[in-house]
Amino acid sequence: MSPKTNGAVAEAPLESVVIRFCGDSGDGMQLAGDQFTNTSALFGNDVATFPDFPAEIRAPRGTTYGVSAFQLQFSSNDIFTPGDTINAMVAMNPAGFKVNIDSVEDGGIVIVNSDEFDKGSLEKCGYEAGYNPLEDDAVSRKYKVFKVPMSRLTRESLAESSMGAKDIDRCRNMFALGISYWLYERPLEATIEHINTYYGVKKKRPEVAEANVKALKAGYFFGETAELFPSRYTVAPAKLEPGTYRRISGNEATAMGLVTAASKAGKKLFYGSYPITPASDILHTLAHLEHMNVLTFQAEDEIAAICSAIGAAFAGDIAATGTSGPGLALKSEALGLAVIYELPLVVVDVQRAGPSTGMPTKTEQADLLQAMFGRHGECPCIILAASSPADCYERAIEAVRLAVRHMCPVILLTDGSVANGAEPWKLPNIADIPAIKIEHPVHAGMAGEKFEPYVREPKTLARPWALPGTKGLEHRLGGLEKQMRTGAVSYDPDNHHEMIQLRANKVEKAADTIPPLTVRGNSSGDTLVLGWGGTYGTITSAGDKLRAMGRDVSTAHLHHLNPFPSNLGEVLGSFKRVIIPEINSGQLRMLIRAKYLVDVIGFNDVNGRGFFIDDLAERIVAVMDH
Amino acid sequence: MNSNGTTTIELPTYKASDFASDQDVRWCPGCGDYAVLTGIRKALAKMPNKKEDYVFVSGIGCAARFPYYMETYGLHSIHGRSLAVATGVKMANPDLQVCIVSGDGDLLSIGGNHTLHALRRNIDLTIVLLNNEIYGLTKGQASPTSEVGKVTKSTPLGSVDQPINPLAFALASGATFVARSVDVDLKNFDVVYKRAMEHKGAALIEVYQDCNIFNHAIWFYASQKDTKADTTIVLEHGKPMVFGKDKDKGLRMIGSGFEVVELGGTYTEDDLWVHDETDRRVAFMLCQLEHPDFPEPLGVLYADTAKASHGMRIHQQLESELARPDAGDLQAMINGRSTWEIHG
Ligand code: SF4
Repeated sequence: MSPKTNGAVAEAPLESVVIRFCGDSGDGMQLAGDQFTNTSALFGNDVATFPDFPAEIRAPRGTTYGVSAFQLQFSSNDIFTPGDTINAMVAMNPAGFKVNIDSVEDGGIVIVNSDEFDKGSLEKCGYEAGYNPLEDDAVSRKYKVFKVPMSRLTRESLAESSMGAKDIDRCRNMFALGISYWLYERPLEATIEHINTYYGVKKKRPEVAEANVKALKAGYFFGETAELFPSRYTVAPAKLEPGTYRRISGNEATAMGLVTAASKAGKKLFYGSYPITPASDILHTLAHLEHMNVLTFQAEDEIAAICSAIGAAFAGDIAATGTSGPGLALKSEALGLAVIYELPLVVVDVQRAGPSTGMPTKTEQADLLQAMFGRHGECPCIILAASSPADCYERAIEAVRLAVRHMCPVILLTDGSVANGAEPWKLPNIADIPAIKIEHPVHAGMAGEKFEPYVREPKTLARPWALPGTKGLEHRLGGLEKQMRTGAVSYDPDNHHEMIQLRANKVEKAADTIPPLTVRGNSSGDTLVLGWGGTYGTITSAGDKLRAMGRDVSTAHLHHLNPFPSNLGEVLGSFKRVIIPEINSGQLRMLIRAKYLVDVIGFNDVNGRGFFIDDLAERIVAVMDH
Repeated sequence: MNSNGTTTIELPTYKASDFASDQDVRWCPGCGDYAVLTGIRKALAKMPNKKEDYVFVSGIGCAARFPYYMETYGLHSIHGRSLAVATGVKMANPDLQVCIVSGDGDLLSIGGNHTLHALRRNIDLTIVLLNNEIYGLTKGQASPTSEVGKVTKSTPLGSVDQPINPLAFALASGATFVARSVDVDLKNFDVVYKRAMEHKGAALIEVYQDCNIFNHAIWFYASQKDTKADTTIVLEHGKPMVFGKDKDKGLRMIGSGFEVVELGGTYTEDDLWVHDETDRRVAFMLCQLEHPDFPEPLGVLYADTAKASHGMRIHQQLESELARPDAGDLQAMINGRSTWEIHG
């Protein structure tokens, strides 16, 4: 330990820190967390984030269900998750404190805005009359609690501002951020620049920019001069692979993956969508990318969103629609139409907790079976799942590639945690991404022959994608069963049976170009932990940890759910035991058991959040030692 | 290019039969849909577009079989969704001529929401709504245009629901072209269909269509030779509103409504209302004139050619964005606003 200003000592550098900002949904916690993330990423840490907010935009002030939080882990190591237990919590009000305190580690740092811990606010969030956790010895024994009168200090630091009291109070988040920047020795520049461009230039409110910068600095200087904190902490930059990085959220990555794919195919991207949490940011991102040859269409409902995309696909665009579980349910009839039309279409489902409206802002992996079977008749689609925010980019490109290669809809499953979470992304070199080759027929074949829209390319079983406007290829597509070659309406029993098989075989054909499943750890042995989608970080971290402890545990993660990678059966057969942790009641497990007759063990937590690394590791060990 | 430097595009000439596909038409004998099919094939043969640029889109229902019978591009979609599909087609390729043919149940019941929104967006589409006031394909249930008291399979005691007026609905939704025709009246249909297809925006034509099986003869007052002159009025822009077998009746505006007057006595043509198809307020009144109190207006009730269509606006936006210096730069897009370097 070396001496520092004001007597705070610098502790030895920490490997990782998990910090959680929480408060009322109007307290600006998402912004504070976002800025901390940006600053840490620019500083060179690896970061992973978990924005956690209520579905209500402005729930009644001070209630527990109105609490908005933003958690991030920043690290000098390669990390995969926003972390399990919280090392430091910044709570702007009693409700935020109450909801989150149990997740703070013993001895963890708790910084509270003590001005808000008055009788009314304490009772509003359900504390017993007369109880104040800040005066509870049990609390102060368990955590390092720092009581900072942030409301008063913010007001005082902005006494000269021309803004009203309400606007001044809105700067408290920056004061809190300033304190945490001081505590973890983060530079202020990036946030100051953001404030100035956002409020100063974009919103044209320089007085607001000035006040926020002042509050941020006041918080920072408070840390320095108040002699409240005995230590400061540092987290060194991570040793990430060399390259150019940016920070990316899953929804942004999905949007940019779709744009990249369309561009690589030499086509316009059409995105039809209806606003729905947590998928709307894909629409927002794409709406800003019209200069990349993108047309977005905010449809009147989910059904119109997918139907417009089907129309656009017929006319020759790379067409996509995005939604969440309830929207996928609404789209299912039209998705069946796309299957029988055999047109390329990407449907992004950002999964959220169901059933019904469920918990819109909480994550879940419970749409896998809906994606597999949620249509009438036998109606298979290719299904992909993204494993991390940055992975959404590659997955979206792959979805387009497979859709056009096989002329069929592809469902891309992401989830709330992947979509809203953010991480550093090593930028790909665009030139290295291969082109997506599409050949539209320009004539019917032999002279005088009639164009047959359902004749197939044997390798992919794709039918030709003939575009309206092409002379001589006029044809009709419909939802009625088709004659196998001509596409004319057919009620022939054998033809129907064959078409059902053809559509299924076509999806199976996608396995030809799907990369084999790779195993992390030993390629055979005692226990394989198999996952899919957004649990990648947790499962991988738990597996790495157990292997470091000498346990015979391997992990593998599926990005392809239909069809499965062709070596999956072989991988499953190489282990004595297979465990599948899922944020559902066992959907992948059901598919694997049915297809491979492997008696998989399921860990199934359907809690709107998912697994914690340590807990998962313990459960794996418990099964192994049983 | 010819000698004076302009390019002349040779348009192929078509016969109506060029638009007939090889599929057998399977409507019931005597169905009003046949006349509309003939009308559209004939009209297209005279229009200056290429056959491959037409896309016919439909939903579900008897009328929705229409695209199968046209030797053009076509999509038979799912119940109610034709307009959503058509919107995507048109947005993807504004050069296509997109026409929707579907029924009252499809466009006003299960697909009512899409009709509303396609019209308010003023997407450049032509919608032919075949109104037979019944569900035909599902064998005879009440439709959203069935009159109160209508006895059908699903309303044995008589329908209690108010019917929807398709044209009032279209106008209220912001349609920029609204017209009406009768299935067998090929002459009037030819005029309105051609104008609807030329219209740059959402055009809706209601066609009184006879369902020979489940709702036969409901439009006979408007379709039969002996009655139609007195029960309908064919509107012409700038012309006084005269009707009747002997051109002896007319519509006059009194106060805030129309009145039927006899000509030759107290009133002359000068007293009649002159049709102004750009007058939306009057169009709204006209579409609600009903038999037997009034002659029912046919022809173009309303046409606003000034409003830019959705397609024009959206593709203008797209074009100006594509003129940006960073247009199409994938690397710049993924780099975003802030990046940092990690050195090895
Ligand atoms: S049921 Fe009626 S509408 Fe349908 S085809 Fe027969 S006559 Fe025409």
